[in-house]
Amino acid sequence: MKNENLYNYILGIADNSLILGQRLGELTGHGPNLETDIACTNISLDLFGQVRSYFQYAGKIAGDGRSEDDIAMLRKEREYKNVLLVEQPNTNFAYTIARQFLFDAYHLAFLKELQKSPDLTLSAIANKCVKEVSYHERFSSDWVRRLGDGTEESREKMQEAINDLWMYTDELFHQTEADKAVVAEGIGVDVTNLKTAYYAYVAEVLEEATLEVPETKYFQKGGKNGVHTEHLGYILAELQYMQRTYPNMEW
Amino acid sequence: MSEEQIRSLERNFNERIERDEKIEPKDWMPEKYRQTHIRQISQHAHSEIVGMLPEGNWITRAPSLRRKVALLAKVQDEAGHGLYLYSACETLGVTRDELYEQLHTGKAKYSSIFNYPALTWADMGAIGWLVDGAAIINQVPLCNTSYGPYARAMIRVCKEESFHQRQGFEIMLKLANGTPEQKELAQDALNRWWWPSLMMLGPTDDKSVHTEQSMKWKLKRKTNDELRQQFIDQTVPQADVLGLTIPDPDLKWNEERQSYDFGEIDWDEFWQVVKGHGPMNKERMKARVGAWERGTWVRDAAMAYAEKKRARKEKEAV
Repeated sequence: MKNENLYNYILGIADNSLILGQRLGELTGHGPNLETDIACTNISLDLFGQVRSYFQYAGKIAGDGRSEDDIAMLRKEREYKNVLLVEQPNTNFAYTIARQFLFDAYHLAFLKELQKSPDLTLSAIANKCVKEVSYHERFSSDWVRRLGDGTEESREKMQEAINDLWMYTDELFHQTEADKAVVAEGIGVDVTNLKTAYYAYVAEVLEEATLEVPETKYFQKGGKNGVHTEHLGYILAELQYMQRTYPNMEW
Repeated sequence: MSEEQIRSLERNFNERIERDEKIEPKDWMPEKYRQTHIRQISQHAHSEIVGMLPEGNWITRAPSLRRKVALLAKVQDEAGHGLYLYSACETLGVTRDELYEQLHTGKAKYSSIFNYPALTWADMGAIGWLVDGAAIINQVPLCNTSYGPYARAMIRVCKEESFHQRQGFEIMLKLANGTPEQKELAQDALNRWWWPSLMMLGPTDDKSVHTEQSMKWKLKRKTNDELRQQFIDQTVPQADVLGLTIPDPDLKWNEERQSYDFGEIDWDEFWQVVKGHGPMNKERMKARVGAWERGTWVRDAAMAYAEKKRARKEKEAV
């Protein structure tokens, strides 16, 4: 492939939306009320829409006729590049919200930078996504406040979810070799620059929500290089089921 | 109020309906009208919400990104329909929580069709094509029903349903024109969903208890049997386009009636499912009740937070 770094860079961005969208899709019809059910489904819908734009572009870069579905559904476990955070399960609604907020805060800051990319396809996708993700971030941060500053029970649950997922936040700011190369070309976003503002903003929201910022110094990593948690295999089993069972068919 | 006054109100009310005027929430209405509408609108809302489950179960396994996006959008539409139907129902003086309670305790019914399982991807096609197709036939006349909030909700519901129906047909078309394996999936789905879809139009006219009164209130414009015939006459040519076979050996064009004759519906099965003993009744209720119970602490938190926010604002104002 002529531009393998860019291809891998795009997959790194899109896989986050793909896996998080898949996780949110599990919840449809099972939300705590109708309004949140609709909102989570809607976020999932946005994320899959984004995935399609990214993978269509990636397919073009690959230039060998691979389709968005080939890229989304026919890779092996170790070839998915999403961060570990987004594959964490819907343990309860607090975990769903914590995962969403910790990702959205990053995602929004990331897209605002990607809008400035000289790669016109990427900046156009970012322009569209930034509107959607602003809404996602508003939804998730509002719910962090609501659950944190709601009842004693909800506060405990929200704090537990934040504590448990915190160790996956640092990875958001790691770079793969492909990322570094695309940043060096002036096309990609240098995520290391987003880290300080991210943690400051997250701390601000947690404080408003009367929650504590976890103090751990130990973080998990690996997703960006295809080393995942045990959850990913099951996610892929569902995601890939039809394509694997009925190969080479149109739907 | 004297009996004479009530009679006069009733006369006036009936005349308004005959003139095709809409009844609005603040208008006087007979108690039976109110109760019947609460029953029907909530049943409809519940059907939307329970109806999310068989399709929701395929979101994570949709065969392509395009289909996944369309399915998510469809299920989201159904949640939206539920939302504004519950709102329409609330205008009759009942709360959403009360309506949920009725659903969860089995007091309120929902469309029996959702007590059948969605087993393969082709079921997403068959549900859209047949189930939404039958629903539209039931629902289009309701756009002109007498109760204003219901009629207005139905206009939007019907627009989206007809989109869903086309989408379902398109899934079937793709399968029917696909590989032999795909065509087999499509035929199998048609075989399983055909008869339950016919049952969706309700029991035969001689067994239907609500028809006469509902006709007067424009909750119904045609009888169940008329609607069923309309559905069959409309759907058979579509099956022909797909090259699929309707699983009814007695299905035959009747030149004289200019309609299809069709075989006997298994009404024992219909009543078994209505009474709560279909393949998925227990499962569907478990999913709904489970979601509601798991959500209690979330809803409590939202209430508590709103209350704190209000109190803070009040304090600031002082």
